[in-house]
Amino acid sequence: MGSILRAQEYFPKNDGVKTSNSNYTVFTNATIHTSPESEIQNGMLIIQKGKIAQVGSGLSIPKNSIVIDLKGKHIYASFIDPFTNFGIQKPKRQGNPFGGSPQYDATREGYYWNDHIRPETNPLHEFKYDKKKADEFIKAGFGTVNTHMPDGIIRGTGLLVALNNEGTEGDRLLSDASSQLLSFSKSNKSKQIYPTSLMGSMALLRQVYLDAKWYANNNVDYKDLSIEALNNNKSLPQIFEAGSRINGFRADKIGDEFNIQYIIVGGGDEYARIDKVKATNAKYIIPLDFPDAYDVSDPYMANLVSLGDMRHWNQAPSNPSVLQKNGVQFSLTTHKLKKIGDLSKRLEKALKHGLDKKTALAALTTIPAQILGKENVLGTLKKGAHANFLITSKELFSKDNIIYENWVQGHKNIVNDMNTTDITGSYELSVAGKTYDVSITGKPTKPKAEVKLGETKLGSKITYTNDWVTLTFTDADTSKTQYTRIVGAINKNPKFWTGKAVLPNGSETSFTAKQKPEEANEASKKKPEAAKEAPKVVSVTYPNIAYGNAALPKSENILFKNATVWTNESEGILKETDVLIKNGKIAAIGKNLNAGNAKVIDATGKHLTSGIVDEHSHIAAAAINEAGHNSTAEVTIEDVVSPDDINIYRNLAGGVTSIQILHGSANPIGGRSAIIKLKWGESAENLIYSNTPKFIKFALGENVKQSNWGDAERVRFPQTRMGVEQLYIDYFTRAKRYEQQKNSGKPYRKDIEMETLLEILNGKRFISCHSYVQSEINMLMKVAEKFNFRINTFTHILEGYKVADKMATHGVAGSTFSDWWAYKYEVNDAIPYNATIMHNQGVLVAINSDDGEMSRRLNQEAAKSVKYGGVSEEEAWKFVTLNPAKMLHIDDRVGSIKVGKDADVVLWTDHPLSIYAKAEKTLIEGATYFDLEKDKAMRRSIANERNELSTMLLQAKNSGLKTQPPKKKEKQHFHCDTVEHIH
Amino acid sequence: MKNLSYIFLLLIVAFGNVTAQQTPAKNQTEAITITGATAHIGNGEVITNSIIIFENGKITNVGTNGSIATKGKVIDATGKHVYPGFIAPNSTLGLVEIGAVRATDDDSEIGGFNPHIRSIIAYNAESKIVESMRPNGVLIAQTTPRGGWISGTSSIVQLDAWNWEDAAIKTDDGIHMNWPNPFTRGRWWLGEDPGFKPNKKYQEQVTTLTDFVTQAKATIKSKVGNENLPHLAMQRVFNGTQTLFVHVGTEKAILDVLRFAKEQQLQKVVIVGGDEAYKVASQLKQQNIPVLLTRTHSTPNYEDDDYDLPYKNAKLLVDAGVLVALQNSGQMERANARNLPFQAGTVAAHGLEKEKAVQLITGNSAKILGIDDMVGTLEIGKDATLFISIGDALDMRTNQLEKAFIQGRDVSLESHQTKLWKRYSGKYSR
Repeated sequence: MGSILRAQEYFPKNDGVKTSNSNYTVFTNATIHTSPESEIQNGMLIIQKGKIAQVGSGLSIPKNSIVIDLKGKHIYASFIDPFTNFGIQKPKRQGNPFGGSPQYDATREGYYWNDHIRPETNPLHEFKYDKKKADEFIKAGFGTVNTHMPDGIIRGTGLLVALNNEGTEGDRLLSDASSQLLSFSKSNKSKQIYPTSLMGSMALLRQVYLDAKWYANNNVDYKDLSIEALNNNKSLPQIFEAGSRINGFRADKIGDEFNIQYIIVGGGDEYARIDKVKATNAKYIIPLDFPDAYDVSDPYMANLVSLGDMRHWNQAPSNPSVLQKNGVQFSLTTHKLKKIGDLSKRLEKALKHGLDKKTALAALTTIPAQILGKENVLGTLKKGAHANFLITSKELFSKDNIIYENWVQGHKNIVNDMNTTDITGSYELSVAGKTYDVSITGKPTKPKAEVKLGETKLGSKITYTNDWVTLTFTDADTSKTQYTRIVGAINKNPKFWTGKAVLPNGSETSFTAKQKPEEANEASKKKPEAAKEAPKVVSVTYPNIAYGNAALPKSENILFKNATVWTNESEGILKETDVLIKNGKIAAIGKNLNAGNAKVIDATGKHLTSGIVDEHSHIAAAAINEAGHNSTAEVTIEDVVSPDDINIYRNLAGGVTSIQILHGSANPIGGRSAIIKLKWGESAENLIYSNTPKFIKFALGENVKQSNWGDAERVRFPQTRMGVEQLYIDYFTRAKRYEQQKNSGKPYRKDIEMETLLEILNGKRFISCHSYVQSEINMLMKVAEKFNFRINTFTHILEGYKVADKMATHGVAGSTFSDWWAYKYEVNDAIPYNATIMHNQGVLVAINSDDGEMSRRLNQEAAKSVKYGGVSEEEAWKFVTLNPAKMLHIDDRVGSIKVGKDADVVLWTDHPLSIYAKAEKTLIEGATYFDLEKDKAMRRSIANERNELSTMLLQAKNSGLKTQPPKKKEKQHFHCDTVEHIH
Repeated sequence: MKNLSYIFLLLIVAFGNVTAQQTPAKNQTEAITITGATAHIGNGEVITNSIIIFENGKITNVGTNGSIATKGKVIDATGKHVYPGFIAPNSTLGLVEIGAVRATDDDSEIGGFNPHIRSIIAYNAESKIVESMRPNGVLIAQTTPRGGWISGTSSIVQLDAWNWEDAAIKTDDGIHMNWPNPFTRGRWWLGEDPGFKPNKKYQEQVTTLTDFVTQAKATIKSKVGNENLPHLAMQRVFNGTQTLFVHVGTEKAILDVLRFAKEQQLQKVVIVGGDEAYKVASQLKQQNIPVLLTRTHSTPNYEDDDYDLPYKNAKLLVDAGVLVALQNSGQMERANARNLPFQAGTVAAHGLEKEKAVQLITGNSAKILGIDDMVGTLEIGKDATLFISIGDALDMRTNQLEKAFIQGRDVSLESHQTKLWKRYSGKYSR
């Protein structure tokens, strides 16, 4: 068939005369599905030179045609996989991840400063057509794949390759710039350390886009091949490997900022937040790697599997149908499947879970073609398109359908021989006077046989190739090892066939095989119809893990009757007082308030306070430290807020309603923080405070000078407290210079890091600085004063008590631990009286957690200020409510019980500073996010649902499905010195 | 030598302003009577208006105020509370001073089987962290080594002493074994899924541990060639004069420990950690094995767990009749050991009767550590290791000590921290 394909006409030929083949191949009488939406009955498909010449019905057949009759068969466009690394090896990671000092600079010259930005990559240099893999794709129905170098953040262009095993590279390569590929993962080709975090990857992407614009619009006096390539690739489809629903949102957010609509390679978990998936307006590329059932047969081990993971096992197969029902356009991909051949089973599962066949077909043909901008030549059967099509026995995706042939660029690949006569059935086999009962079952191309003599079952083996059947079977007398062999051709008549038989004694004779009439074996064929009810899919909750709510909590009008109310205002602590909550706000405080339509809660003997505010938290984040540079003002925790962290719920159970998720302390200038409300179940954006001033983390001392990071970490400036000061002076000086350039009206290169520092200098962004010893605390205040701004907050500030007077003069707040110390040298003089002394000196004081455990009982930590130094209870309570709210500039909304403020309140079973107090109800804006009674009910429903899903998992195992051992997902607890890893 | 003296000079410069620990108190010479306090006996009982007399370091009388004549110096503690000194089991107090400074770190020896390694040798009686325990009522600790399959031998110390020898109230009380974990974490740097999964080597590791024990038994039986120090160090565990503390957390592993204890005919076994002990409480009770429970102030291990599981965990065991006490190993365990009373308080907040919560850090701890003949309760004949708090000592607000006695000695409630407090408060009032 190779000869059908033309060598380029200008190629010289020295091994014979120059030939060409312009004959047609015509497929007749087929049902031709030209697209998922249209079909032609009794249609005709005419191909020539690897392309479709004509498609329709009643066409005239050119004379120079080979005609293939496909009566009863179907033709479809071959599938397209838009996201593979077919023929391209992912590079191996370089060396030992723990070995040697980190590499801060790029390896390459003439390219972007960061090695993980590689838009110039043309994977053609490393592409090797992989015939074995191609065969797997072809068997599964694919005719074209888009492949790329799966390495780096910007990965370069994609190659669109037709799976034409006979063609040349010139024939197969449909495009070497089919798309541009991106991800959040670093390149394995370089050990350059930046970025170390997801938020670093995100910031880097933004800066690259800005730099690309600057480079394109200005006469720069240097060459940056990466940026040039990026600018060249701008108009290509941009395919982003997000790998999970939430990373898809993160990618889409960056895209929106730069007017790029990424095509998102999803994670298969889109179903759990489908409204938000839809809102991206992105096209998706969806993998079908539904998780295998967890093996929960050992109950001790089964504990490892969370309800969330059990649910995902149960719900994931419904992902494609949920996408479809919500009108999200998506392509499917074999990406993440262990074997390409698993596609059909996964598809079958998705169809069982409600995926529509037409949508499935579109997701394998027209949508990927559109994604790649190739809808005119791929994905449908029309004139001029590549002759990439499937011949099938029945409709695609119907039961027992067989793909016979997969033609790619006019080249035939036989998947299952369609000329094979179906010989399945029951036969009377007569050999040498004996009559055997032979039953042939299974696939027509790969039949199985059972041979019986009377009631005795004989051992047998059948082969069936090229129309020849050979059958070997044992003698009825099992004491002897002897065989009868028969061989015969079917000649398209399975009803009656004959041939040669070789008897156990070696003598030859003939045999006849006569097919018994259908009804005779109807009874035996009739299997109990598999129960066809749709598989049970459990409901999604918000978030979709244990303790998620079936619907988001709604704001209610509530009257708390007769509580002890800690107002945090001049009214102080009011006994036997009512608080009315209306429309998410505190509406009234007083005695004997009228409930109106509000729900009344008897709070007699209980205490009502404003919700706890944690100035320093690291929960609910996918990343905490960007440790790759000494300044990372360009990164922001807002990019990586994780609304699905169970610690949100647990913090609510401790009465916490607002937190600041701070960047860690790996560098002197850290990242920007996220200030959020713990609205359990809401999306990341809906958690973040809007219209409030923003913050950034700075850090001092041992962490930023990497004192405890090991001897390899001695290459990054600064390594001393002396250096830390100079680093700040350097950055702020540069920021000033940047501002001059920006305000001069001349072109300037927009720099996210400098923009952030400028915000600080201009009072639009505030610093919360990790700090321990007095010298450095003093230093940073002096640096700020030199640049005419104030430090907003020192966090940790364990030696604040030594410079409390200076702090008060500077006007900086102190957010400290109640009693942590002795974990490193710089906290040797940390004392639990710190909060008290600072408070007594007029410093605004808070107690913070920096810890997902302690944050659950910050009320206890506040109470320690009563013990250590004798702060009044009323003031101590403000340390975890009003004062941190003031520090975060959110005290106009939260931090006290005052008419007009947000109804973020907690009802405590006891005096809130008492060890015996429990949060009974925690409300945010009038909606109840935690309730002791509801929590009890949830525990029961979690147990029930686990039990139900475990039964389903066991059923799956017992039905022979593949299983995986129980696993517990890594849920890292972050502290500010945690350096996480991205691969 | 020259370098050494240079370093010494630097140390003097660095720490010159700050004196060492508080001076240990003198022996009790005069009888002391505390009257009027609410006495929390430590065995679940409480006497609201009590009288407590101690002489020569021992409690000589306890009763209702008025029923017994006072003796010696009388302290009127009306409206206040008296508790037996709180006990911090399974602690590295005195073994490490500053977590991040390796030079101060003496808690973990190399090697897998170290029963011969003795914590008391490295116990720093002058640790600044040790003295910071006393103002919160923590007066006794089990100083315990870490690491390996068998970490070594612990000792029990009182927290006001000149040196380790004076500190020890029970030397070499137990050997600490770290049971293999049926779950293991994926190695992300090798590209593995970083979560937990079943540990394929679990059984092999259990066998390794069991083999050591059987080998040690064989060595001990033999008359010759028994110079194997690790093996010989196991002798007192086998004859029941020393406790085997098995550090283990998960349900299945605890059951394996119970089988191991039976098979090896071990007389004194204590589960340390035991996060999931509540799931096998009836078996623990049946085999009479107590639990030094994982810290109350921790987060649940599993996403699906009750948010308050660590808070109520001790109650679940108490309710099931298991002898249980609290311990505080884990992150920042030394500095935070002073919060032990509040951990007990948290258990009370989550349902346990208050006096039973007191037992979790007094009477029960003493029983489990085998020092209940000396300390743990306010009972006649026991050491006068006790303190007076102005209020409920399990609550932060009212845990304010007026006096603390160790073996009848009136110990200092000052520390490096209170000194700095006073010094800097003074700075601002000048």
